[in-house]
Amino acid sequence: MNKASNRRNFLKKAGFSSLATLLGAEIVYALPDGYTPLVLQGNNDPVKLFGKHKDMVVLNDQPWNVEAQAHLLDDPITPADKMFIRNNGIIPENIDVDNWTLTIRGESVSQEKTYSLQDLKSNFRQHSYQLVLECGGNGRSEYYPPADGNQWTIGAVSCAKWTGIRLADVLADVGIKDNAVYIGYYGADTHLSRDPNKYPISRGIPIAKAMEDQTLLAYAMNDEDIPIAHGHPLRLIASGFPASVSGKWIHSLAVRDRVHDGEKMAPPSYSVPCEPVQPGTNVPNEDMCIIEQMPVKSLITYPRSGAMLSASQRLPIRGHAWTGTTKVSKVEYSVDFGASWKPCRLDAAVNPYAWQHFEAEVSFPQKGYYEVWAKATDNTGLSQPMLTPGWNPKGYLNNACHRIAVKVT
Amino acid sequence: MLHLPNNLRILIGGAVLALILTGIAVYFQSRTDTLPADGEIRNADKPLAVEGIESEIKDGIHEPTGFIADEGLDLVIAHCTACHSAKLVTQNRADREGWKKMIRWMQDTQNLWELGAQEAAILDYLSANYAPVSRGRRPPLTGIEWYELKD
Repeated sequence: MNKASNRRNFLKKAGFSSLATLLGAEIVYALPDGYTPLVLQGNNDPVKLFGKHKDMVVLNDQPWNVEAQAHLLDDPITPADKMFIRNNGIIPENIDVDNWTLTIRGESVSQEKTYSLQDLKSNFRQHSYQLVLECGGNGRSEYYPPADGNQWTIGAVSCAKWTGIRLADVLADVGIKDNAVYIGYYGADTHLSRDPNKYPISRGIPIAKAMEDQTLLAYAMNDEDIPIAHGHPLRLIASGFPASVSGKWIHSLAVRDRVHDGEKMAPPSYSVPCEPVQPGTNVPNEDMCIIEQMPVKSLITYPRSGAMLSASQRLPIRGHAWTGTTKVSKVEYSVDFGASWKPCRLDAAVNPYAWQHFEAEVSFPQKGYYEVWAKATDNTGLSQPMLTPGWNPKGYLNNACHRIAVKVT
Repeated sequence: MLHLPNNLRILIGGAVLALILTGIAVYFQSRTDTLPADGEIRNADKPLAVEGIESEIKDGIHEPTGFIADEGLDLVIAHCTACHSAKLVTQNRADREGWKKMIRWMQDTQNLWELGAQEAAILDYLSANYAPVSRGRRPPLTGIEWYELKD
């Protein structure tokens, strides 16, 4: 199929002259010849494009933003078809794995060094961990006044098995200076405006996070190549922070002597007010702080909300709990809107930053409508709020309790 | 190949030649796609066609984009869907000031162009059709699909 000629046909059909009139003469479009807009390709189905589960919810198809529903996340390890997609730009095309390289540079490297993907795989020790990735804006849809951006409900979270090499090992091989403060990533995705000089996103992590055992340069997910939508062939994984720090399709890392200043590092992106504010407050950028650790949170993944059962039935529930700090100490459930809480059985994490599975057998005092609420508490004693937590302009960090509807008949 | 009749050989030879010529043609055509020069900022791909949108409106919704049909629909399609999906607009809610803030952010950081005199009409459309709806801090669960849970 010749994209270029499709393009010209499209232009002819679209009647460009009348459009230009409408938009005003001062707007000039540089038209990339070889590009057909996604909507005209007739192929914007994430089931077909990325092999996603048919019940995944598309919030946005340019760029791709797709979330799971709670019951889709029931697997202990999230399979690729149920993993949310949060992309800021356009997925790179024509990835050449054989010639893929990673360059480490920046103010705080002793030397600039470039590795082939094969170098990385063969010269460093391989590690695998189950790691939670959660979008900083997961739960944004519940804030009021509304916060702009993708209106994630609860499904922008996953816990897959990631395999790669430790970032710390690579940094040690390169040699970094004492003044290193931050790592910034650069990926091969294209900015939505197709401006070749603009990165869609270039975030990063403080050097201490970069040095953690679980911070990986990953090339496999669930024992296979990373799917294209999730960063093939090389992705930074720094679990416990907003997933936007886990850059996809990365070809360069900068070791910075200051907080990285790439695209979407500056407030209001991935930042919250340094001091709590009244809902709806206009917060100046200089009063915003970059989000680091994600708060404690849980999801009931079985049963799906809406279960009807008979009065004699007990209801088995299960799900996962996670935190960006150290670990989850307990998970409780309530069938009376928090008037009373009962404990769930809770597994230990298989490794730091993996989610922990919980389960319980729930019985109901009489017939009627119930909501089963789950609440996780971390090892510092912090629990999930039942209401939406502190409002912030961009609607991050909503870790309010998850709940499902149940009817006993 | 040796045992093939002559006419079949010619046919295969012709097909191979056609493939090669097509390949060359595609190669040269793709070379006409100019690469951006250093420092050149290339605007977003052209907005969706805005002609004939009337016929695409059903039950008050412009079907290809999902936008509410109202005064300013053509402008919103033209300006807003050049870079991103209409879904990024339709899933959001804000007052006029909030929409203006989003537009300014896109202009400051995301290569959105000046909207000139059309900005007011766009803000009218967005603030009228995608205004915030107060819900409180934890509204009742809605849209529950009830099903019988088997043992």
